[in-house]
Amino acid sequence: MKLNLLKNIYREFFRIRTIEEDLAKNYNDQKMRCPVHLSSGQEAVAAVFSNIVKKRDFAVSTHRGHAHYLAKGGNLNKMIAEIYGKEDGCSSGKGGSMHLIDLDVNFMGSTAIVGNSMPIGVGLGLSLKIKKQKGLSFVFLGDGAVESGVFYEALNFAAVKKLPVIFICENNLYSVYSSLEVRQPKNRKIYKLAREIGIKSEHCDGMDSLKIYKCLKRTISETRRGKGPQFIEFSTYRWREHCGPNYDNDIGYRTLKEFEFWKKKDPLSKLKKLILKKSPGQKKSLINIELSIKKEVKESFQRAKNMNFPKKSSLFKDVYAK
Amino acid sequence: MPNKNFFETNFSNAINNALEIAMKNDKNVICYGLGVTDPKGVFGTTTGLEKKFGKHRVFDVPTSENALTGIGIGASLNNLRCVMTHQRVDFFLLAMDQLVNNASKWYYMYGGKKSVPITIRLIVGRGWGQGPTHSQNLQSWFAHIPGLKVVMPSNPYDAKGMLLSSIYDPNPVIFLENRWLHYTKASIPKKKYFVPINKAKIVKKGKDITIVSMSYLTPEAIIASKYLEKLKISSEVIDLRSIKPIDFLTIRKSIKKTKNLLVLDTGFKFCSVSSEIITSILEKNHKILKNPPNRLTMPDIPEPTSFGLTKHIYMTHLEIISKVLDILKINKKYLKKLKISKPKFHDVPNEGFKGPF
Repeated sequence: MKLNLLKNIYREFFRIRTIEEDLAKNYNDQKMRCPVHLSSGQEAVAAVFSNIVKKRDFAVSTHRGHAHYLAKGGNLNKMIAEIYGKEDGCSSGKGGSMHLIDLDVNFMGSTAIVGNSMPIGVGLGLSLKIKKQKGLSFVFLGDGAVESGVFYEALNFAAVKKLPVIFICENNLYSVYSSLEVRQPKNRKIYKLAREIGIKSEHCDGMDSLKIYKCLKRTISETRRGKGPQFIEFSTYRWREHCGPNYDNDIGYRTLKEFEFWKKKDPLSKLKKLILKKSPGQKKSLINIELSIKKEVKESFQRAKNMNFPKKSSLFKDVYAK
Repeated sequence: MPNKNFFETNFSNAINNALEIAMKNDKNVICYGLGVTDPKGVFGTTTGLEKKFGKHRVFDVPTSENALTGIGIGASLNNLRCVMTHQRVDFFLLAMDQLVNNASKWYYMYGGKKSVPITIRLIVGRGWGQGPTHSQNLQSWFAHIPGLKVVMPSNPYDAKGMLLSSIYDPNPVIFLENRWLHYTKASIPKKKYFVPINKAKIVKKGKDITIVSMSYLTPEAIIASKYLEKLKISSEVIDLRSIKPIDFLTIRKSIKKTKNLLVLDTGFKFCSVSSEIITSILEKNHKILKNPPNRLTMPDIPEPTSFGLTKHIYMTHLEIISKVLDILKINKKYLKKLKISKPKFHDVPNEGFKGPF
């Protein structure tokens, strides 16, 4: 892979990681008064996706959607402002962390109910087909969504209609604190289930940027050529608690050993090592990337903190469109 | 001489006509639902549309009510206008997540970025043993949710005009059609016209009592009103048409004149649209009425299937007349004088109806 591309992935990856970790750092100030579901540890898929997706493509996501919003090109300042509940937030302070939107880049929305953005993404795919528009619709989901009825319904419809939809399933092994063992049959694979429903599917290591790139590049180009919907299951792992800024390895639903096993796989540091191995002279360039991202993110938080809350008069605004 | 700008039709053809006009005028209008292209064409309401507009815009679907609602939402985010149909309201209950968590809130929860112009046609079953899960009138459920509009047209003219308004409305609209109304006939304009989704209609003027009604109860209220005239009782019948937004202005104006109120509601009694109307009227001015308000609703029980049981709960003009006499404290002995005719069978919309649904 070309060095430039690797650096671009690294830039996106480092940016998402920095934003998520800064959210964690600032959360205890009690100024972000809404639930946040951080994706620290599992951002690799989003970082790579960002370097393949086109602006005209649609994307929808889940409650753990910061990384996808950012990877699609969503405005950082508006996201941070939204999480702080401020009037200039991407949803004018009415949606919070779990309802992100940026129509300028066709990020059509993230939603807070497990599985519930899946049919929305399929409907966007249907509209592309009916209107004969170019572009794809990307649907991000987690392993929990697989257990909801709408998972079957959405995949079935996408398959029946051969829609230009790509389902990206980030399997991080947990739905809140419930492990896969209590939720899905032991030897059944999510990607195989999708295949049985009628969608071309595969599994990929979600902790390896190069593998993710190869997999996404191939599936996306196939669907762009009209080969119908695809489903990819990425194995990954979130570092922090289901919801909130902390680590929760002490509360007993997962073991420290398991956490450390996955933490060692950290795809961000792996990617950095790879770049430096390939071209040791890049060290300074990477430091510059990191410094400028840190500065950008810091300023974004500062700006959000100083913004106004929405006015009282906006409470009754936008219940109905005129 | 018949007016060449009008045509004789029934409620279901009026729906079909509205869909045809909308699809002809706007290529972004699409129509889907289980059975829309089958030989029965959802009681004739979608017959012929696939041939006219193609299988991309008019199509049958999997029995996936929840996803199909979300798919309509998604398609509308890319500026399509979807008309989704279910042959019974009760089937649509599988789609509450998409309706309540997404469609109704999308505009508000993303700060007014993008609205969801989707029309959801739901047919309410009645009679012929439709039973507990094929006959529910859940307008109050839908009306409870901020962000939804809910309409219940009672005749072919309003059916066409309100469906066109619903399709072009930028918000999600729940369009409730009573199965029995599909047979009602009228002469309606051929051209495109809109009936607004916020105005009730005074279908009969009167001065002694206001009868607020909806859906199939409106024709019954009109019959009742004619009988009442024979007793020199002048009733004003208001057809709500739109459940949400509701036209309190028209209701209040009428009550100010009649000082008496009867609300007819096709739904269960508890937390119903009738509850809302009576409360809202009284909380604004508890002295507006001369007599206590009253209402006729379905009882708070699941609707049974048996012919022998539904006869006790299906209301007709007879029950309406009787209730009006109660409110106005008029002796019931006059009821007999009216020689009220009732249909032979309580569970069919007309004598030609032989089932099965």
